[in-house]
Amino acid sequence: MKPARFRYHAPKTIEEAVDTLAEVAGEDGRVLAGGQSLVPIMAFRLARPAHLVDINGVEGLRRLSVEGERLCIGACVRHAAFHTPVVDGPLGRLLATVVRHIAHYPIRTRGTFCGSIAHADPSAEWCLVATALGAEMVARRAASTRTIPAQDFFRGIMTTALEEDELLIEVRLPILPADTRFGFYEFNRRAGDFALGMALVAFRLQGGVIREPRVALGGIESQPRRIAEAEQLLAGRAAERAAFEAAAAAVASVVDPLEDAVTSATYRRDLSVTVTRRALERAAA
Amino acid sequence: MSGEVSAGPAPQDRQRHEGGSSEGVSALRAVANKWIGRSVTRLEDPPLVRGRGRFAADISFVHQLHMRIVRAQHAHGKIASIDTSAARALPGVIAVWTAADIAEVPPIDFREGRIPAFEPYRQPVLATEQVRYVGEPLAAVFAEDPYLAEDAVDLVSFDIEEMPVLLAAEAEPGEFSPGRSTEVSVIRQGYGDVDAVLRSAPIVVDLEVSIGRHSGVPLEGRGAIARYDAARDILELHGAAKVPHRNRDLLARMLKLAPSSIHVHESHVGGGFGIRGELYPEDFLVCVAAMRFNRPVKWIEDRREHLIAANHSRQQLHHLRAAVDNEGRILAIDDRYFHDQGAYVRTHAARVVHMTAGILPGPYRVPAYRAVGHFRLTNKTPAATYRAPGRYETTFVRERLIDAIATRLGLEPNEVRRRNAIAAHEMPYHRPLEALGEEIEHDSGDYVGLLDKLLAALDWDKRKAELARRRAVGEAVGAGFAMFVEKSGLGPADGVRIEVDGSGMVELVTGGASLGQGFETVMAQVCAEVLGTDYRRVRVIHGQTDRIAYGIGAHASRATVMTASATHNGAVKLRAKAIEAAAALMQARPDALEIVDGKVLRKAEPAGPSISLGELAEHLAPTSKTLGGREPGLCAEGWFRVKHQVYPYGIHFAVVKVDRETGGVAVEDYVIAYDIGRAINPALVKGQIVGGFAQGLGGALLEEFTYNERGDPLATTFADYLMPTTREIPEVHVILREDFTSPLNPLGIKGAGESGITGVGAAIASAIDDAIGMPGAVTQLPVTPQRLKEILNRSVSSPPRSRAAS
Repeated sequence: MKPARFRYHAPKTIEEAVDTLAEVAGEDGRVLAGGQSLVPIMAFRLARPAHLVDINGVEGLRRLSVEGERLCIGACVRHAAFHTPVVDGPLGRLLATVVRHIAHYPIRTRGTFCGSIAHADPSAEWCLVATALGAEMVARRAASTRTIPAQDFFRGIMTTALEEDELLIEVRLPILPADTRFGFYEFNRRAGDFALGMALVAFRLQGGVIREPRVALGGIESQPRRIAEAEQLLAGRAAERAAFEAAAAAVASVVDPLEDAVTSATYRRDLSVTVTRRALERAAA
Repeated sequence: MSGEVSAGPAPQDRQRHEGGSSEGVSALRAVANKWIGRSVTRLEDPPLVRGRGRFAADISFVHQLHMRIVRAQHAHGKIASIDTSAARALPGVIAVWTAADIAEVPPIDFREGRIPAFEPYRQPVLATEQVRYVGEPLAAVFAEDPYLAEDAVDLVSFDIEEMPVLLAAEAEPGEFSPGRSTEVSVIRQGYGDVDAVLRSAPIVVDLEVSIGRHSGVPLEGRGAIARYDAARDILELHGAAKVPHRNRDLLARMLKLAPSSIHVHESHVGGGFGIRGELYPEDFLVCVAAMRFNRPVKWIEDRREHLIAANHSRQQLHHLRAAVDNEGRILAIDDRYFHDQGAYVRTHAARVVHMTAGILPGPYRVPAYRAVGHFRLTNKTPAATYRAPGRYETTFVRERLIDAIATRLGLEPNEVRRRNAIAAHEMPYHRPLEALGEEIEHDSGDYVGLLDKLLAALDWDKRKAELARRRAVGEAVGAGFAMFVEKSGLGPADGVRIEVDGSGMVELVTGGASLGQGFETVMAQVCAEVLGTDYRRVRVIHGQTDRIAYGIGAHASRATVMTASATHNGAVKLRAKAIEAAAALMQARPDALEIVDGKVLRKAEPAGPSISLGELAEHLAPTSKTLGGREPGLCAEGWFRVKHQVYPYGIHFAVVKVDRETGGVAVEDYVIAYDIGRAINPALVKGQIVGGFAQGLGGALLEEFTYNERGDPLATTFADYLMPTTREIPEVHVILREDFTSPLNPLGIKGAGESGITGVGAAIASAIDDAIGMPGAVTQLPVTPQRLKEILNRSVSSPPRSRAAS
């Protein structure tokens, strides 16, 4: 449980950080933010980065602000920042609801929103949020900045569109319209564990009818995903049990669940029905 | 003890006058000397809560080396070669050992002595020709710092020719070595003509149930620090708690040293639970290395190592048949079981598999009984004892049987218990079976009486109706009970030495050990009450083999029964010596004196002249003019010997709620009724019980060492080995009874350490059955969501029914 030897870098500015990352990327340089995933796997020597670029001292990465129709979350914003709504309306409430499912309080005071996105664990709550709401990831490298939409960002288990020398400096979430309803349901073996299965749904309720539904699943497949088949079944329908059950059944018919030595695909598929329906019920409640 | 049930008074109300004091106890003495039965504050805590504890990792010596183990990555294979040259070349690495470097050290022996039949199955300190489980020590690196040691491990390469793995004890045994089966032995215990009873019985109930592989996972992993002091020719081993004297003797035997030339020292301990404090390969390696390099050697286990290298436990599969009459009375039990021992037989030898056979009948009359235990090796981490060894497993098996009989006959499970439980008037109840090498004799108790008290406390009829009402509206809630008999107070003997110094401070040197359970506080309470001083004036020494020659340590719920009884006996003698010496000085008759708050005074004149214990110690010093013809020193030895263990008993009660869609189980309520005979410190007893419950809950719902088909362990971090957290643990209600003090020791004590864990798997399984309306549904622990979901899916295709059909 002693990490292999590495070189530690502590840049002070974003420019310095991306320059350092560019220099060390080829030698397995890794970015250190909250360290809640990286440090344990380094201790196990499952990860042996030759360089760590610690961005905790970088100016400008703690930004958490609304710009236009977007909530901008800087790379060093901790999970715990979302315990109380960071923005009025449904988005702030949604984030405050979901954050309580992320690990345990001490971890939330250290781990970061963007770090979780960059780590891309298939069972991570923030990755599901980013997928469900259509987040934009802002990636910076020495010479350029690009914005990657969520649907292009996640590329499988712990794999993303980020290049080795790119620093995820910010994630932007759309401000949700005031009439947005959301529901989140997660099942795990213990409180605070990564999800065995979870669903995040959001829709606008206009005259009792569902508009702009979003149904996203996490922990079931190798990456979080919106389920278009379920969304189509909900759009224009009344927010009632029949529609929810139809949507949940649609989810089960299209998901391609992960399977491991402990949890079968059948179990996860069954679970996808339950978490979807319960998330929809919560949204309607 | 008469057969009549009488509830003991609450501990704080009890007036006991230990230590030979006569009648006429003054009010002053009653208050000042009253320590037994009070939930006084722990003496151990000040350093622990201030961050001044001294755990294994806190122990360091100048010039020490750090050891790191190279562990097998294959579950079974021949060692073709190990190349340590690159590791040895790393600057700062002192040595890299393989088996050839410690050829003089034999395989790790059994703690209780030689057992020739099991010797071929002992674990070598470092693997010799084969590896037999993932995690087996292959080589040891010694380096100047722990990082370097770990770097060097990465540089050790080995070539293993993989062999087929054996992963199930119930599968056909394989070959351990040429001509030697992986079935180490078949353990048999029993009495009566079981076959005849089964043939003629009106009802035969069949069960097949299994308990998952899990173990004690203390917050603090193992650690061992060895130092050889050439100046004194003493080898010191620091770290391992639990059984220091036994470990010293085993080390001496294996390293061919005199026991007196080895000092074993225990320090603070972050949990033991039976698995920590046994001798493992690492303990021998640090000792041999310390002597060979003439430098202290330190090894601290990491969590991954702990989960694959420290003892596993529990894994058994039972095929049980029971003959039952039409009223639900058990006529015979025939149990054939498979005990998954893992890759080697370790220090405990056959202790768990043997105790399983002895303890299975528990609180019930079983007129004929046969247990046949297949003690088998597999390519998994070796197994041994974990808190309530053999009892957690058999209570699950036996109480599943009670439920199955109840279902078969349409009776309440508790009615089946009433009809089978050993009655109070049958005590002491002898059973011709063995546990821990002793014939079983239940010393005292009223099992049905305790059940009645529990049901009354629960307001059971009302509760049952409420659960039925909730089920009627669709909730999957249910309740379950589990009745059990514990065993505690393993003998055969314990001794203490007590000495008072010139300040009046009492030093109590014991051969016991502290695993963090409150050992120091409890011993101080007993010593202080009997002697007549404040328990905070008693310093308790434990786990130091250089301070006392004999000790059996802390295991098998023995410490309070055995060491406190020895303390009682020693304090009685010390008190008599103090009174006698004071009588001469105070010109009083000894029976006119008493000791209150550390002072000897006249009973008739409590405010009159007195002499303190410290002053008495000065008078009794070897150079004192007032010593007279006495043996010098205000000191005494106390011994306590027993023939039989004591058998406390209890009942667990669980209410669970099942999520039919996810298979999740939440424990809504949990109650434990337990007759401890006498609680020295009720708060500490309850702490033991609640802590045990938490571990039992882990084994019931969460904790499992899983393997893939290649024998790779899958639960090697806390992300995969799931221990219950405060969020999963409900508030536990403990009904602590002092109804039947044990006749076997002077204070009437029964042990407490394992009572909280024993019945948890059984009670929760029963409650789950009840919640889902499928009697006998749970046959396997832990009940994971996926397993429960599979059971529930079966119920969709076929209607609920009992699986107790013969």
